[in-house]
Amino acid sequence: MTAPLLRVRDLSVTFPARRGRPPVKAVDRVSFDILPGRTVGLVGESGSGKTTTGRAILQLQAITGGSVSLLGKDLTKMSSSDVRAMRRHMQFVLQNPYSSLHPRMKVADILAEPLKVHRSVPAERIPERVAELMTLVNMDPASVRRYPHEFSGGQRQRIVIARALAVNPDFVVCDEPVSALDVRTQSQIVDLLHDLQDKLKLSYLFIAHDLAIVRAVAHQVAVMYGGRIVEFGDADDVYENPSHPYTRNLLEAVPIPDPARQRAKLAASVVDPQFRGRDGETGPCVFGHDHADGTSEWHEVGPGHAVSCRFWPPGVTP
Amino acid sequence: MLEVRDLTATFNREGTPSQVVNRIAFDIAPGEAVGFVGESGSGKSVTARAVMRLAPEGSSIAWGGRILFKGQDLLALDERQMRDVRGRRIAMVFQDPMASLNPVMTVGQQIDDMLMRHMGLSQGAARKRTIELLAQVGIRDPEIRADDYPHQFSGGMRQRVLIAIAVSCQPDLLIADEPTTALDVTVQAQILRLLMRLRKEIGMALMLITHDFGVIAGMVERVYVMHRGDIVESGQVDALFADPKHDYTKALLAAVPRIETARRSA
Repeated sequence: MTAPLLRVRDLSVTFPARRGRPPVKAVDRVSFDILPGRTVGLVGESGSGKTTTGRAILQLQAITGGSVSLLGKDLTKMSSSDVRAMRRHMQFVLQNPYSSLHPRMKVADILAEPLKVHRSVPAERIPERVAELMTLVNMDPASVRRYPHEFSGGQRQRIVIARALAVNPDFVVCDEPVSALDVRTQSQIVDLLHDLQDKLKLSYLFIAHDLAIVRAVAHQVAVMYGGRIVEFGDADDVYENPSHPYTRNLLEAVPIPDPARQRAKLAASVVDPQFRGRDGETGPCVFGHDHADGTSEWHEVGPGHAVSCRFWPPGVTP
Repeated sequence: MLEVRDLTATFNREGTPSQVVNRIAFDIAPGEAVGFVGESGSGKSVTARAVMRLAPEGSSIAWGGRILFKGQDLLALDERQMRDVRGRRIAMVFQDPMASLNPVMTVGQQIDDMLMRHMGLSQGAARKRTIELLAQVGIRDPEIRADDYPHQFSGGMRQRVLIAIAVSCQPDLLIADEPTTALDVTVQAQILRLLMRLRKEIGMALMLITHDFGVIAGMVERVYVMHRGDIVESGQVDALFADPKHDYTKALLAAVPRIETARRSA
């Protein structure tokens, strides 16, 4: 049994009450593992807490509970200088390749910066490492004297990825890394992320609202709703046998690039289900368990595939 | 109903003209749903705006060719005549509903305005119709919600309001430019169903602009594929998906991620 590279346990982030509004549990007792060299896809709609989860894992967001261990070390119990030292193991790639690169810095300087900060290579070796990084993301090393605006959106995202990989991380959080890109560029970046994972044994947390893209990249999938993970499992199991009503609803809504099937989907009459919590409720849950004794809300539906009994619409049973 | 011939669109950027739509031609029959699909920079949004004669924000643009709407060339109309066409005969919804709504007017006032200006309704009759329209686009408690401001609505509800405004004068043609791109996938499905239903109820034609092949697949009868200002392929939606002819269309369709396709390696 391989030890997980990343272990997240009961991670919680609560935003304090503001202007008369009650506190918001943006992330509520989220737990999962990522194995070395594997990708976990985190899907959900806007406001589900997926971005906050990614930021909280990287210690870019103060947490209100739980723990995050990377390479066996609990980041949540470390001093800020120790967390800084751990940053060379964990990096992130964000959605917008236009705003995440400094417009007045040449690519050579953008890629050299993390190398200097983390003193990963001796100063005289920096140009060599920068050229290596450009080659790694299939870019011409000769173009490092240029500025970000001289590149296309897809090329800029390659530069962002090269910068994340400069310090040889083990784990990369990719938050909507391809959503701003055209479809052909998207598939090229997805291929690049695959190749880099094979070559460098990287682990990814891939956060996206696009379920088809997540299917293309993830080994395992976590579906988030209302700050909680409601379903987790191998990608094939979750996509082919979605077991939480929210997951089914989400997958059902994805448009299919097949005219006859998509027309049939739109013609089908649907009622929009109300996903309600069960917090504070007593008595048996939809699976017939009484959780008053503090047992887990998680119910296994197959090997490594589980659903939460929270947020089931009234009347819907497994 | 709509016959577009030799349409060109030329931006003027600091004295340097650049043509973004190159002499394209297309048709839309009464009640027909037609899709325009392409990547960013393909000219699909500019083409949609040409029919409304709207220049993209902060730019100057020169149109060329002919846009015949029921036999009348829209490019030959003066601005006052064009205002009668816009909203009344041809209406448009955009990607970002917040940018198209007036933040300091209630949504009810904004729909009332359209009805009074274009349909000549009295204040009282307009409000009655506004409430019907809000109900028609699926807004609950329309009498109460009519007095709310745009910021009091969610993104999906705002798009419903925008659609209510667009269909308020029963237009002959509704142009929808990426109407669901900013929305969550479950909300997108609701808005697509709403557009389908309204199309039938009103009998209007639909010109749908999108980058998403899944969205286009279920919504339209015919498709035009745009690339760098040209229409590179057009055809019936089923034939175009089943047997694309142009290399560009083939490349785009091959790149579309599919929810049934698992990760390629272990």
